[in-house]
Amino acid sequence: MSVDHFDEAGTAVQAALDAGARYADARVMLRRTETMSARDGEVEDLSSDESAGVGVRALVGSSWGFYAVPDLSDGAARAAGRRAAEIAAASALVPGPAVDLVPTGAGSASWASECTIDPISVPLSVKGDLLVAATAAARDAGADLAEGLYQIWDTRKWFVSSDGHRIDQHIRECGAGITASAYGDGEIQRRSWPSHRGQYGTRGWELVDELALTDNAARMADEARALLTAPLCPSGETTLILGGEQLALQIHESVGHAIELDRILGWEAAFAGTSWLDLDRLGTLRYGSDLMTITIDPTIPGALGSFGYDDEGSPAVKRDAVRNGRWVGVLAGRDSAAMAGLDYAGSVRSDGWARLPMVRMTNVGLEPGPHTLDEIIAATDDGVLMDINRSWSIDDRRLNFQFGCEIGWEIKKGRRGRMLRNPTYTGIGPKFWQSMDMLSSEIVAWGTPNCGKGQPAQVGHTGHPAAPARFTNVRVGVRG
Amino acid sequence: MSTELDLAARVVELTRRLAGPGAEAEVIAVHSAEALTRFANSAIHQNVADATTTVRLRLHVDGRTVAGSTTVSEAAGLQSLVERAVEASRLVPPDPAWTGLTPPTPLRSSPGFDEATAAAGPHERAARVRDFVRAAGGLETAGFCRTTYASGGFANTAGQIIEGRTAEAAMDGIARLDGADGMARRAAPRLTDLDGAALGTRAAAKARAGARARELPPGRYEVVLEPTAVADLLDNLAVFGFNGRAFAQHQSFAELGAQQFDEAVTIADEPLGATLPFDLEGTPRDTLVLVDNGRTTAVSHDRTSAAEVGAASTGHASAVSRSWGPIASNLRLAPAPANGTLASQAGKGSQAGNGSQARNGSQAGNGAPDGAGPTAASARALVRGMRRGLLITDLWYTRVLDQKSLVITGLTRNGVWLVEDGEVTAAVGNMRFTQSYPQALGPGAVLGIGAEAIALPDRWSGVRYTAPALHLKFWNLTGNASG
Repeated sequence: MSVDHFDEAGTAVQAALDAGARYADARVMLRRTETMSARDGEVEDLSSDESAGVGVRALVGSSWGFYAVPDLSDGAARAAGRRAAEIAAASALVPGPAVDLVPTGAGSASWASECTIDPISVPLSVKGDLLVAATAAARDAGADLAEGLYQIWDTRKWFVSSDGHRIDQHIRECGAGITASAYGDGEIQRRSWPSHRGQYGTRGWELVDELALTDNAARMADEARALLTAPLCPSGETTLILGGEQLALQIHESVGHAIELDRILGWEAAFAGTSWLDLDRLGTLRYGSDLMTITIDPTIPGALGSFGYDDEGSPAVKRDAVRNGRWVGVLAGRDSAAMAGLDYAGSVRSDGWARLPMVRMTNVGLEPGPHTLDEIIAATDDGVLMDINRSWSIDDRRLNFQFGCEIGWEIKKGRRGRMLRNPTYTGIGPKFWQSMDMLSSEIVAWGTPNCGKGQPAQVGHTGHPAAPARFTNVRVGVRG
Repeated sequence: MSTELDLAARVVELTRRLAGPGAEAEVIAVHSAEALTRFANSAIHQNVADATTTVRLRLHVDGRTVAGSTTVSEAAGLQSLVERAVEASRLVPPDPAWTGLTPPTPLRSSPGFDEATAAAGPHERAARVRDFVRAAGGLETAGFCRTTYASGGFANTAGQIIEGRTAEAAMDGIARLDGADGMARRAAPRLTDLDGAALGTRAAAKARAGARARELPPGRYEVVLEPTAVADLLDNLAVFGFNGRAFAQHQSFAELGAQQFDEAVTIADEPLGATLPFDLEGTPRDTLVLVDNGRTTAVSHDRTSAAEVGAASTGHASAVSRSWGPIASNLRLAPAPANGTLASQAGKGSQAGNGSQARNGSQAGNGAPDGAGPTAASARALVRGMRRGLLITDLWYTRVLDQKSLVITGLTRNGVWLVEDGEVTAAVGNMRFTQSYPQALGPGAVLGIGAEAIALPDRWSGVRYTAPALHLKFWNLTGNASG
């Protein structure tokens, strides 16, 4: 790395300490982003953005403060450190309990995500031509509206803490997707490839090449149009088979958020919400069936939630969150872990230099099961298969959820039957997961690039290894 | 000339030099200072501030359009911004949808901003948090107090040169008791308008009234939605219904000129004084009436969506409006008229025979101080007019099931109560709903509107809605906490 910003980060940290902090850390980040969208065979929008700055956290007594500026000069870094300490001092007007930080081996380190083809360096004409071709193919195949999108993030960060951390990382992320929409009588049906947001990872443009957007465009248009005349998903209780992409979002919403320790401790109560999980039951609570083993794993090569070190300097480590249906782990930061009496952290990240690092999902996903999707379908006498998320909603304790998918199919006597439109399902988290009785081995690490949390708003990138699975006695076909 | 306008003008000049005299460029520079003091478990646990200047350029040259931004606002950063844009413009496909630049157009007169709010420090926000916590009388509390300031300058190669500033404060908090949450929320142009103690008292009253919640069966219920719940209707209507891109692509329910809402419903976007007085394309902002006495009259446009339908920009361009659509962010649903006659109640057979009491919703009519009971002051008259239904404080995690009909699913939050013969009789557990928002506000569906519209912050930032309470004929509740 030809340029480093450890000095600016170190200056900010020292200034915070000089102003009375007992602990301080700082992140300098340089971020390049690029987004292009296309509609019906034409590029619609292209934006290329650059952002650079330093964000400083200061702990004065047991009160936190944070300040960020887009100025990497020595004077600005020093002033940011002082301001962070001043803000922390003001926090003491409404003090909380004593704050400790679990230790996390400090030292110097460097890490970079895997990348074969640098996405920023791929010519814009190549990227534009891809989206133009894919959306044109969907229109030619009968879509009323065809949209395509790619996004690229290239982030370099330098982290310094008063505990002695000195870590630099270079993380490149990208992904893409297309959507074909068909208009009917008062309704719109949509089919997306490879999923409704696209697929994303901590990889280079090779990921986008692998998606084969243009090759799948016509099929998406065909299915969107077919959905307009497909029968409605029936209402009632039945056996539900979920495709891997939809299950990835199910994991994100009903497990990933529920095991965020800051939510469990009540730190997000007024906005994102709390959790139905009670720390007193960590290690004993039955979350799901024996097939349900979920890990927190930021080490998965190329998955969207992967990194070398989190934004508190904790190294990436794989841990269990649910083991054979039993709840055994949480997503934690250094202060939340200490408050909960745990000895591990490693799940804290910020959305850029201007935002406070907070507990975030990394890669939270299922370990593979013993079946295949074909086996699951063959074993199902009467049910519904649904895939590719269209809508999602869950309560503030992460318990009562309702999801809608783009497409469904009847399953009758072990065979896939009629296509179904507007498939939805609803349930209560643990009851739903305890009904999982078949799970495929065909794991894909789906990337979710738009996880919202925090005030001011932050958008997080998370990964979710998931595979098709079967659930019994699920209420489907919820309508207004 | 502000620093931001100077930055914008400098980038325009750089563009003329590097892209040639035929290039069309528009530049907006915004300095944004946001400070937010967050509390949970009755203590300040996150306290943040940042001050960032972002310069955004959109360049159209040789029939091709690119955009870019930077937070590196010194000379080298601005040069890099323009150079990147010029290089990219040679590589992207042509843009046949380009509509040209906003010509020189004066700004509308708008209210000034409060300097004290713009300069507010962490101790002032912390003091309001302290007041909220104390007023909750020992109940566990959580929420935030926020101040924001923005100064913007815009310039383009067509000669539009404008600038403006804005500031706002907001507070949002809950009090918690035995599994029940009560909430109070306000936005204001001045931090001094926010009374942490009053908000804490209100939140605590709701939490205390939420104890021993019972479960009700799913079904269609008559409801009174408090202003905080109505804000979600406005948000979804703005994003998916009045969105000019969605309208142009026939994905919206909106039909201009059609009587799509109850005649009591008038909705306007009122950005002046709430945000910068111009949009990203330099179009001056102004009040835009979207629904006039139930008739849909407008949707929000940027220059691109406007050109698609032969309309004019309404000043709603943003960095993402070409791909996500231009969205109005300051909707106001008009409260009941000051003469006390609620047009929606006339001849509809509602139980609101006490319509005169609804003339001023802030007076409870029963002498109850604002801190007592679960019902927000502005909703009390409507509750008294409900024979049997639900009082709903807030809506949460609302998502679109079908965009064309705007069927939304979501959950209630922060307090639901059963009302019988105009009296709150029981707390109710949170419920899931699945409801078309336009249908809920459709002709004949609005039984009453509160007399006071409350300014409410979005919990993320940048958006403000002003809403009265609403009494609606039906709301489709499809599930409860037990599934």
